Amino acid sequence: MAHPALCSSILRSTAFRLLTFGLAALISTTAFALSEADHGDEEETPDIGASIMHHIADTYEIHFFGDVSLPLPVIIYAPSHGWDVFLSNAAAGDHPYHGSSGLWYTYHHGALSVSAEEPVAHADHGNEGAELVFYDLSITKTVFGLLMILALMVWMFSSAGRAYKKRPGQAPKGLQNALEPLILFVRDEIAVPSIGKHADRYLPFLLTTFFFIFMSNLLGLIPFIGGFNITGTLGVTLMLATVVFIITTVSGNRHYWKHILWPDDVPLPIKLILVPIEIISIFLKPMVLMIRLTANISAGHIIIIALTSLIFLLGDYGQNIPAGIGTGVFSALFMIFMYLIEFLVVFLQAYVFTLLAALYFGDATQEAHH
Amino acid sequence: MDALLNPAFGTIIWSSISFLVVLFLLKRMAWGPILEGLKDREEEIDGALNAAKTAREQLEGLKADNDRLLVEARVKRDAMLKEGREMANRMVAEAKGKGVEEADRMVEAARTAIEHERSAAVAELKSEVAKLSLEIAEQLVRTQLTQDAGQQELVSRMISDSKLN
Repeated sequence: MAHPALCSSILRSTAFRLLTFGLAALISTTAFALSEADHGDEEETPDIGASIMHHIADTYEIHFFGDVSLPLPVIIYAPSHGWDVFLSNAAAGDHPYHGSSGLWYTYHHGALSVSAEEPVAHADHGNEGAELVFYDLSITKTVFGLLMILALMVWMFSSAGRAYKKRPGQAPKGLQNALEPLILFVRDEIAVPSIGKHADRYLPFLLTTFFFIFMSNLLGLIPFIGGFNITGTLGVTLMLATVVFIITTVSGNRHYWKHILWPDDVPLPIKLILVPIEIISIFLKPMVLMIRLTANISAGHIIIIALTSLIFLLGDYGQNIPAGIGTGVFSALFMIFMYLIEFLVVFLQAYVFTLLAALYFGDATQEAHH
Repeated sequence: MDALLNPAFGTIIWSSISFLVVLFLLKRMAWGPILEGLKDREEEIDGALNAAKTAREQLEGLKADNDRLLVEARVKRDAMLKEGREMANRMVAEAKGKGVEEADRMVEAARTAIEHERSAAVAELKSEVAKLSLEIAEQLVRTQLTQDAGQQELVSRMISDSKLN
């Protein structure tokens, strides 16, 4: 164990207290969630893995702590039945919700099941009796967070933009001053070195992407607001990667396509191997972007929740308090470490995604020179 | 696990629409003015720095000019001083030489004048003496000629006198 003098000096620092408070909040949130899972599954021990995945995955509510949560609107369109719009808490509990279109909804453990007939009292997840085709356009937790971040970005950057118009040529001030270093970082460290003279054309996308990923990642680190995992959601990163793919493909010049489809100075047999690989790589590059971002951000969340869960696992769910306390101390110290790393990852992943996108754009617009 | 690995239809639709709308909005409202403002400001700062640099260079040139002028002026002054001193020395020397010459000349002139006066005075004295001797002689002749002896004596004395001459 650490030296007592060292411990007390750490304890005295305000930063440590704040972090401990944040972690306590996280632990309590997870503890409630775990106890909830305990009730539902009627097993001796809850499935920790499932519980973690449940936290990472998207839901139809923003869960603060205990029973306090903000229900979000469920929007379902079924071609056979029509539209249904309701708040998720209407379908929660024991009674299924009967939508105006005639469909039945059950919201349980963050998962929504839709069926054409009234579900039986203790049906399993996903009532797939009839092949019901429907589209889920709900404002889920991820979509809600995403809209929030995007609205915040519009407000922040348009007010910064007004400041540049209002005070031309003057030193930056306030919000403008806070954002300028990051904007300059994206322009001078990411876009210009990777793309070169065409950088200005791609800057709006690169800046929007960078700040969107950065702020979404940061939102995911804030405890008590339901653990947003926007950039760890495959749908969001898929969208970002698709936009990167479209921009790269559309802006690809003659030299870019020639390099892929018929590279110079390569013998024919090697061309037969190389060209298919190059063609696959067109699709593979954005896919790697998507998976890297999702995996990195989700992994951070999983580790934090896993460390919290460890306390309850080794504490035998309250049966072995001393072991729980011992593990708690260990877990808390490790979580502080993980949180600091996560702050780094938040920035790093935004940087990496934007940098690689910029490099792909640079490849596509590069003039022949070798 | 399923929910994690399958991209949700709704998420894709909502994120695509909202992201593209925000991209368009920010391009118009934020990135345009911000990037333009940054570029303008950078150019302005560059311009100001360059102007300051040229001004400094000009100032340095001016200073060098001044220094050169100062050195030149000092050299000129020294030369003028030297020249003046030399001229003064020369004038003093000249004046000294001239003075001595003048004095010599004046002394010479005085000497010749004196000589002249003296010879004139001597000449006058001679004529006066002659006149006086003639008068004396006349007197003597007049008195002595009345006495025979006296005549004799006179004639002999005059003869001896003329021998002495």
